[in-house]
Amino acid sequence: MELTGAEIFVRSLEEQGIKHVFGYPGGAVLPIYDALDQQDKVEHILVRHEQAATHAADGYARATGRPGVVLVTSGPGATNAVTGIATAYMDSIPMVVFAGQVPTALIGNDAFQEVDNVGITRPCVKHNFLVKDVKDLASTIRKAFYVATTGRPGPVVVDIPKDVSQAKAEFHYPKRVKMRSYNPVTKGHPRQIKKAIDLMLSARRPMLYTGGGVVIGNASKQLVELTKLLGFPITNTLMGLGAYPATDRQFVGMLGMHGTYEANMSMHNCDVLIAIGARFDDRVTGNIEKFCPTAKIIHVDIDPASISKNVGVDIPIVGPVDQVLKEMLAQLKDSKAEPDAAALKTWWKQIEEWRATDCLKYSTDSEHIKPQAVVETLYKVTKGDAFVTSDVGQHQMFAAQFYKFDKPNRWINSGGLGTMGFGLPAAMGVQIAHPKSTVACITGEGSIQMCIQELSTCLQYGLPIKIINLNNGVLGMVRQWQEFFYQGRYAMSYMESLPDFVKLAEAYGHVGMQITKPEDVEGALKEAMKLKDRLVFMDFKIDPKENVYPMIPAGAGLNEMILV
Amino acid sequence: MRHIISILMENEAGALSRVAGLFSARGYNIESLTVAATEDPSLSRMTLVTTGTDQIIEQITKQLNKLIDVVKLMDMCEGEHIEREMMMIKVRAEGSGREELKRLTDIFRGSIIDVTDALYTIEVTGTGDKLDAFIRAITATDIIEVVRSGVTGIARGERALRV
Repeated sequence: MELTGAEIFVRSLEEQGIKHVFGYPGGAVLPIYDALDQQDKVEHILVRHEQAATHAADGYARATGRPGVVLVTSGPGATNAVTGIATAYMDSIPMVVFAGQVPTALIGNDAFQEVDNVGITRPCVKHNFLVKDVKDLASTIRKAFYVATTGRPGPVVVDIPKDVSQAKAEFHYPKRVKMRSYNPVTKGHPRQIKKAIDLMLSARRPMLYTGGGVVIGNASKQLVELTKLLGFPITNTLMGLGAYPATDRQFVGMLGMHGTYEANMSMHNCDVLIAIGARFDDRVTGNIEKFCPTAKIIHVDIDPASISKNVGVDIPIVGPVDQVLKEMLAQLKDSKAEPDAAALKTWWKQIEEWRATDCLKYSTDSEHIKPQAVVETLYKVTKGDAFVTSDVGQHQMFAAQFYKFDKPNRWINSGGLGTMGFGLPAAMGVQIAHPKSTVACITGEGSIQMCIQELSTCLQYGLPIKIINLNNGVLGMVRQWQEFFYQGRYAMSYMESLPDFVKLAEAYGHVGMQITKPEDVEGALKEAMKLKDRLVFMDFKIDPKENVYPMIPAGAGLNEMILV
Repeated sequence: MRHIISILMENEAGALSRVAGLFSARGYNIESLTVAATEDPSLSRMTLVTTGTDQIIEQITKQLNKLIDVVKLMDMCEGEHIEREMMMIKVRAEGSGREELKRLTDIFRGSIIDVTDALYTIEVTGTGDKLDAFIRAITATDIIEVVRSGVTGIARGERALRV
């Protein structure tokens, strides 16, 4: 029997096992919305702005490992989605974004709500498609999910003109996809892995540096086993937090611009660096000329283009991290060789000395609430088991430094693109994926206002997110840079006329709280957590002068940190 | 260093812009670029001339390979290869200059493909250097128009770029 394109779309999602779609309707996608309305296998979540649809799908994907799905209309619907697509692209998040398009006959005519969506999204997607014939629709959807979820994952955009969703064709959803031009690697080279193991075992000052690839690549278990077996120190990037338990002794904290002293000093002084699923981002390396001056570098990554892009490596291994780590473990166990225990002991002694500087300490003798204390208390109250999303800025760094993630997929933030406005919609996606779990969104009064309209979505779907608004009345990270590097000229970093967030939350039908005293922090958080079925907006008035330390200024090496 | 990169890619709308977009987004040079369908109409072959350090060329080939539409590619300069470019040049040809121009065309193994009372249109094929030399050999003020195809290339011997 022939189905319409819209019906084919819905059936394809069903065949693909998709349970949730985040979106917003409009003219060019009306046929698809009509088809969605006549079934109950795929649930549609109506957001209030298309940017939020993409962030929600992104959060959903990060918390589950399954692809996030978005549906938006043509023109402004598609352009509003671009920020979220770019966010997912920078962090390699599997996502498929379906956008309506004007009818094929009108494409290129500057029709109402027409943009060249394939052209606009090209630089920030893994791939994109324009479906011109309804006969190609099902196979294109299949390909889109295949490309988005395999190899190095990423967002894929599928543009569907209105006449394509109205035309009819036989429905057949292909079980398998084969593309002659796309064959992601499935296995690391065993001889390269052997070479890497030999180098690791010869190390006197080894260091494991692992990133978001371990989380996305579902390789946390293997990473923990390997790290334990070797007894090496390990640091995670901002994207990699939770892949190795933060409460374990071998974990030396996050590295990079706001990383710990012990992590950055260990990086700078190591003789063998083992990079796994990390991409040597500039926020991690600092000045590239001064990066790991004495180290031989092993780099495991699924994307060959990530290898030797920023930093030249000695032993590249291209392959999925879980498979490569399994092979490493197998070879290590077979060889029965062990690392140099005496050298490791000396190395750990040095690291413990660095750790003893207690670089994350902060003063608590203030009448102001300290943002660090809020995050630490949240950690305590949630027993370290919450899903935590964040926006971008100081609060993001405090969250990364002070919430000790012991499990992967729990820490959800925009690392690569640094998108303010990400936190709340991402938390919606996480909460929909895990309805019974605690989901906290750590944000600031600047970031939260970028997607504040989603409080309305949260009410519609009963999402009991706990919003921790670290409100210092100032764009904190901007202010910090202006204090350090612009002689305290605070251009546009202070916002006047902030809303009353308690009233705002209440106006949206939620619970609002304002906390102004340090002694009230714990009680308020406990009270909020008790409200299991309500969204609680907690507005913490925090110390407006607090800065994020340690900090590596631009152009400096990892050993040139500013401590408190 | 100058490199000639040959790319087999899906012959689909937008494939060319993916390559061009990659080069502009990442700040790589393109000296020339030619593209046409192959004997298999579902495949296009593109020849791209670029310059950069070994590290940049390595990144360029990796980034190109990452494009979903790219099936296969080859850096011609990694082995022996033949490179050709075609040029058509319209030149003022009057009086004694007419005979001189004919001789020059023969020396460069070119051919005159169109004639008027006052003009010759000459076709010359060869490496870029040879075409440059031909242009230099003609008085600059006599040149009306120059059109060059951009470089194409093929590997020598058994080495081949095919699916």
